[in-house]
Amino acid sequence: MSTPTDAEAITYIRAINLALDDALAADDSVIVFGEDVGIPNGPFGASKGLRAAYGDRVFDTPISESAMIGAALGSSMAGLRPVVEVMYADFLLVAMDQIVNQVANTRYVSRGRLTAPMVIRTQQGSTPGSCAQHSQSLEALFAHIPGLRVAVPSTPQDAYSVLRGAISSDDPVMVFESRRLYPSKGHVRRDADARIGVADVVRQGSAVTVVTWGTSRPLCEEAVDSLALQGYECELIDLRWISPWDTETVLASAARTGRLVVVHEAVRNAGFGAEVVSTVAESLGGQLQACRRVGTLASPIPSSPVLSAQLLPSVDTITRAILDTIGEK
Amino acid sequence: MMAAEVDDYRDMLRIRLIEEELLKCVQDGRVIGSAHLCIGQEAIPVGACRALKSDDPVVATYRGHGWALAKGVPPVQFIGEVMGRDSTLNGGRGGSAYLSSPDHAFMGENSIVGGGLPMTLGLAMAHQRRATGLIPAVSIGDGAMNQGNVHESLNMGSVLGIPFIVIVENNGYAEMTPSTDLTATPAAVRAAAYAIEAIEVDGNSASAVAEATRRARELAISTQRPVMVEAHTRRLGGHYSGDAQAYRPKGELEEWGRLDPLTRARSLLDPTVAEATYQQVVAEVADAFARAAQLPAPLEEEAMKHVYAN
Ligand SMILES: Cc1ncc(C[n+]2csc(CCOP(=O)(O)OP(=O)(O)O)c2C)c(N)n1
Repeated sequence: MSTPTDAEAITYIRAINLALDDALAADDSVIVFGEDVGIPNGPFGASKGLRAAYGDRVFDTPISESAMIGAALGSSMAGLRPVVEVMYADFLLVAMDQIVNQVANTRYVSRGRLTAPMVIRTQQGSTPGSCAQHSQSLEALFAHIPGLRVAVPSTPQDAYSVLRGAISSDDPVMVFESRRLYPSKGHVRRDADARIGVADVVRQGSAVTVVTWGTSRPLCEEAVDSLALQGYECELIDLRWISPWDTETVLASAARTGRLVVVHEAVRNAGFGAEVVSTVAESLGGQLQACRRVGTLASPIPSSPVLSAQLLPSVDTITRAILDTIGEK
Repeated sequence: MMAAEVDDYRDMLRIRLIEEELLKCVQDGRVIGSAHLCIGQEAIPVGACRALKSDDPVVATYRGHGWALAKGVPPVQFIGEVMGRDSTLNGGRGGSAYLSSPDHAFMGENSIVGGGLPMTLGLAMAHQRRATGLIPAVSIGDGAMNQGNVHESLNMGSVLGIPFIVIVENNGYAEMTPSTDLTATPAAVRAAAYAIEAIEVDGNSASAVAEATRRARELAISTQRPVMVEAHTRRLGGHYSGDAQAYRPKGELEEWGRLDPLTRARSLLDPTVAEATYQQVVAEVADAFARAAQLPAPLEEEAMKHVYAN
């Protein structure tokens, strides 16, 4: 396979493909599997060419998410570094026991004698027309579980670096990619910082701290760019990882701005935004003058785009939340 | 010529023509999103619904358009739902892959592979306890036979003695992978492991499917257990509307096309009757699309309704 030069912009999905390719090449304990992942090259093309290049280290499985994730767990306990693909985050739910009761407990209960250095790759979010069972953003469910690492990359660079970091991690990592952003393009440096839990300060500013991740990042960029034209300089932070998350960067920023807006596509109620806001409030006390959370309203996501648009975060709802914290309408 | 054969042809043709037009709609933007079509599999829902009572509850998959229409869901409302309009089905909430119409005992499509099995067990439990005489049926793909949900439900239905019908539509593929690469033993062999009867049938003949379903329904009642029907068929299109099907061996579609249930159904008819039926369905479907396009968009203020009872 031809590899892109550092100067060439590649898509998010291609960046994942590249990260898998590089990981398979670097470490022969890496295996990659899932539904339609091998011979058909992946339902979204993430494993394109990898079966041809790496043979049966890249393979197809039946539609059996519990067995797939359990197999990743067992093989990681025995020394492999499996990367299992679950086609939609919604399908993680049929394998909840394996993830929460089995994978997450492995290291702790054995006092580190057993470990699960495995990666679950999935993608999530709503796209126009997708039904309620193919639209959810579920990262908060897993950030709630001690023992799991959770990443939500939003750019081709982060898709690459997060996945490399995840595969080298000695903990189980769940990577929630964004189907909507798969076609988006960007430059990817293969030697970029791949440390776990480090946020990306996308834009500096002193008016408000805006924290986001995953699919919501481009919406936030659009909102803060247009607010900048009106004279409000927002600091935009893409967490990239929500477990662990970069409290240091967020606290330092919020201490400077005194205002915090957290934006995610997951349902707002009990979303991870609540964790970010309360962590900042506990730390900064009265220094935090205003905060807002923006997320999907508490409803399943309907298929019709007319209806889903009423529920999902938009540039408009993000802009209004930011202006609210500044006290402007 | 028997009326049943004309009916089979007409009902299968209606599904085919509606789906072919829906595919165009996905391509030209009249339908936003994607659609999983049952082209080549129409004889299964049409045949099965002939044998089921009209009130027998049916649960289907995302490939459920044929089931909805065979249960008698009105085409205008069905098409409107797929188009994301304010239909009487789900008012745009369901779309192509998750629509339902309880008024027609169509309990819904399901976009989680195998997800419909446990609830069908439950439907059957309730109908048994209430002695309604109705027998629920669920359609799944062959790929779903590898989901734990399916096996738990078959075993539980067998030991608790709950009558329902599982119709496995074996269409040769699970997405992009041939079914035979994924499944250690055929569905019927697995049914035997749960001590339930299984009937294999040519899924490209509506009358054969109807006969098999009639027997399955009787067996479900006489054994008070789940019964499986494995219908052998061929998917004559992509897994979904955007599937380029690069994984298909050369010549396969042509070969499979020769088994097209619609061609077969038509060949059983007197040519003039066949042509008259064809023209009638073409006109009916064109009219349904025209009327569906007139349905209003969902009201924005409806978006948050029905999350809870009040
Ligand atoms: C639990 C779950 N896993 C994966 C998927 C993705 N998926 C949708 S359809 C499909 C193939 C199903 O094949 P089969 O059961 O044979 O039915 P067919 O699509 O051929 O009708 C897959 C893997 C899903 N919807 N749900």
